Amino acid sequence: MIDGLAAASIACALVAGVACLLQTWRDRAVGVGLLAAAGVVEAVLLAQVIAAIVVVAGGSHADQPANFVLYLIASVVALPVGVWWSLGDRSRWGSGVLGVACLAVAIIVVRLGQVWESTGG
Amino acid sequence: MDKTTPATPATPAVHAGPAVSPATEAGPAQRGRGGSRTAGGPGRILVTVYAIFAVAACSRSIVQISTEFDHARVAYLLSAFAAVVYVVATVALARPGAAWHRVAVAACATELAGVLAVGTASVVDSAAFPDQAVWSNYGSGYLFIPVILPVLGLTWLRRSASRARVAGRPARESDNP
Repeated sequence: MIDGLAAASIACALVAGVACLLQTWRDRAVGVGLLAAAGVVEAVLLAQVIAAIVVVAGGSHADQPANFVLYLIASVVALPVGVWWSLGDRSRWGSGVLGVACLAVAIIVVRLGQVWESTGG
Repeated sequence: MDKTTPATPATPAVHAGPAVSPATEAGPAQRGRGGSRTAGGPGRILVTVYAIFAVAACSRSIVQISTEFDHARVAYLLSAFAAVVYVVATVALARPGAAWHRVAVAACATELAGVLAVGTASVVDSAAFPDQAVWSNYGSGYLFIPVILPVLGLTWLRRSASRARVAGRPARESDNP
């Protein structure tokens, strides 16, 4: 279950990130499309946080609990902050900022899986 | 693109965000192709990457030092130092003004020196660095971004400084909002 959500959030974040970098390349500022994409990614990430809480409440736990919680928090905080920072520059570079934030989210979710999975549980 | 506006907390944050602070000052500066501003244009991406490293390095070193400090004292202290340097660089790059510009140059230079020194030390004496630190092996665990970042940072700072001079406006003028 967590695996499926993790894969989905990584995929969404990568697609959104590439879309953002494409807009940077095309000299476009952040628009409704990119914000919607970031919103979709954030929705999947929030679903993942809820799923993680449910799984942990169910008795299993991560091999590195401290790191797991930190990565979990980072995964949902990164995009809102990235969107806020990107909207400060209404040029192509704002799109670039959002793209970097999306790619960072993908990396965070990969790490999230690593600090969880080392238990094998 | 699909416009089925997803009702996520990200969207409220979008509108709440720019009302806060740095973003509002960045708006006009962008229009004026801001002279002394290092957080405008491509610099904004630079600040983003620095911020990611600041957060990552800080939380990582807090976890390392609080849970397994005796495992690798030197490496963990160096990681903590790196974290501080990233925080300083992020803030200094995001702020306007000549004083912050100087702080940013100092932070990036320290970072470059640090990553080269620690990178070399970790290659020469790998026993002292049993655990991957941010700067060990020149940041190979982080796609070598730690060694590329200060070079980009210093280049950008140099460029934005010379642009400020061309604009005939000493960067000092816009010190401290």
